[in-house]
Amino acid sequence: MRNDGAFARLVRFVEDGTFQEESFTLSPAEKAALDTDTPENRWLTSVQHSEKPVGARLMSWFADKGFDLFNNLYRIASVFICVTLIGVLLTVVSFLPAFGSADNPAVNEVVERYVSRSIEETGTTNAVAGMISAYRGFDTLGEAHVLFVAACSVIILLRVDPSERKHGRLLNPDLLGEDLDFEPNTDLILRKAAKLLVPLSFIFGLYVILNGTSSPGGGFSGGALMGAGLILSSTAFGFKRTERFFGDEMYHVVKTACLTVYALLMAYFIFMGANGFEDHVWLGVPGGIVSGGLILPINAAVGFEVACTMYCFYALFRKGGL
Amino acid sequence: MPDFLQNLLTNYYETAAVILFGIGFTTLLMHRNLIKKIVGLNFMDSAVYLFLASKGYIAGRLAPIITDGDSDPSKYVNPIPTGLVLTGIVVSVSVTAFLLALTCRLYDRFHTLDIDEITHLARKERD
Repeated sequence: MRNDGAFARLVRFVEDGTFQEESFTLSPAEKAALDTDTPENRWLTSVQHSEKPVGARLMSWFADKGFDLFNNLYRIASVFICVTLIGVLLTVVSFLPAFGSADNPAVNEVVERYVSRSIEETGTTNAVAGMISAYRGFDTLGEAHVLFVAACSVIILLRVDPSERKHGRLLNPDLLGEDLDFEPNTDLILRKAAKLLVPLSFIFGLYVILNGTSSPGGGFSGGALMGAGLILSSTAFGFKRTERFFGDEMYHVVKTACLTVYALLMAYFIFMGANGFEDHVWLGVPGGIVSGGLILPINAAVGFEVACTMYCFYALFRKGGL
Repeated sequence: MPDFLQNLLTNYYETAAVILFGIGFTTLLMHRNLIKKIVGLNFMDSAVYLFLASKGYIAGRLAPIITDGDSDPSKYVNPIPTGLVLTGIVVSVSVTAFLLALTCRLYDRFHTLDIDEITHLARKERD
């Protein structure tokens, strides 16, 4: 080895910790030896390079360990933030009016109006239905639009062209997990149960929609039930069978028609109300199926739209299209 | 301090809702898995519904379905929080579906659900 001298000095430095500046000044011969590329030389140069100022060493250490440090700090900070948040919120709760008391500030004249005049003004015995589709119908229209926009954006994100739709939503068949192999396409128990439950859930959903004006229920819950029926039928019998009566075009027609009907009915409400016209819609018999005037068609429109959207989400996540 | 605890016990629904909210928030912050983050967000949504529904409750009163034509407002609970919860549920379903769709696309592209790895890979791709 040609750089024995420098190497021996370095070993001494490592062993007893004595380090003199002059012991590291290299003779020209040693410098020339260092320029050659041998494993020891590479080690030596790296040792020499690590003798950097403290700031630079800190920086390089930070580049190595900074991520872990940040992670630990993040964890500590997030625990701290969460505990603080719960503490602050608990303090707020301890200052709230007592649970279940009638002099709660939320129970004001608005509530009295909604409950006491719901029958004569909206024709519904269900004050909640009267509130969300008549008094605050504009708000619910916005809600329906939120659903519509969500369905649109999920379609934009997940839709796969039907010609490429061989392996579910995933374009790359290597990514197929094993779970698709276990899909219950011919599961006997599921099919028998679905045969029983799918018609029931459709009928029950329709019942909830039609009875929304006089009993708990309405468009959203009934629509969710019907959507569940659609999802169950496509899980048990495959998409082919569901597509026979509910395909891509059907979905778009139903969804757009429902939203249009709802928007038109709401426009009528707003136009009549804002101009102080008398509302000539027959309100029906309070407590019966035909009650609530325009609330019944609004409930039906909302219900079908919600059912479509639920099924649309499911079909897009499962196979990338309706 | 006893007052504080006594009030918390009286408002036990709200207390539970707030703690649930905190659990959801912790899940949102502490987990790196995107699906778990979305589950945390849903926890927070449910906590808000519980809080709203409990604010509308009045002890000893009926649900706001007017029976026998008796529309005396002092007999029924507050119907407004119920309607607000309905709005909240619809919005949370929409947001959850949208977030899950985004997560699907991220998984298709980066083959991982770890948000740190996704950030790392995305930065590497950009450079």
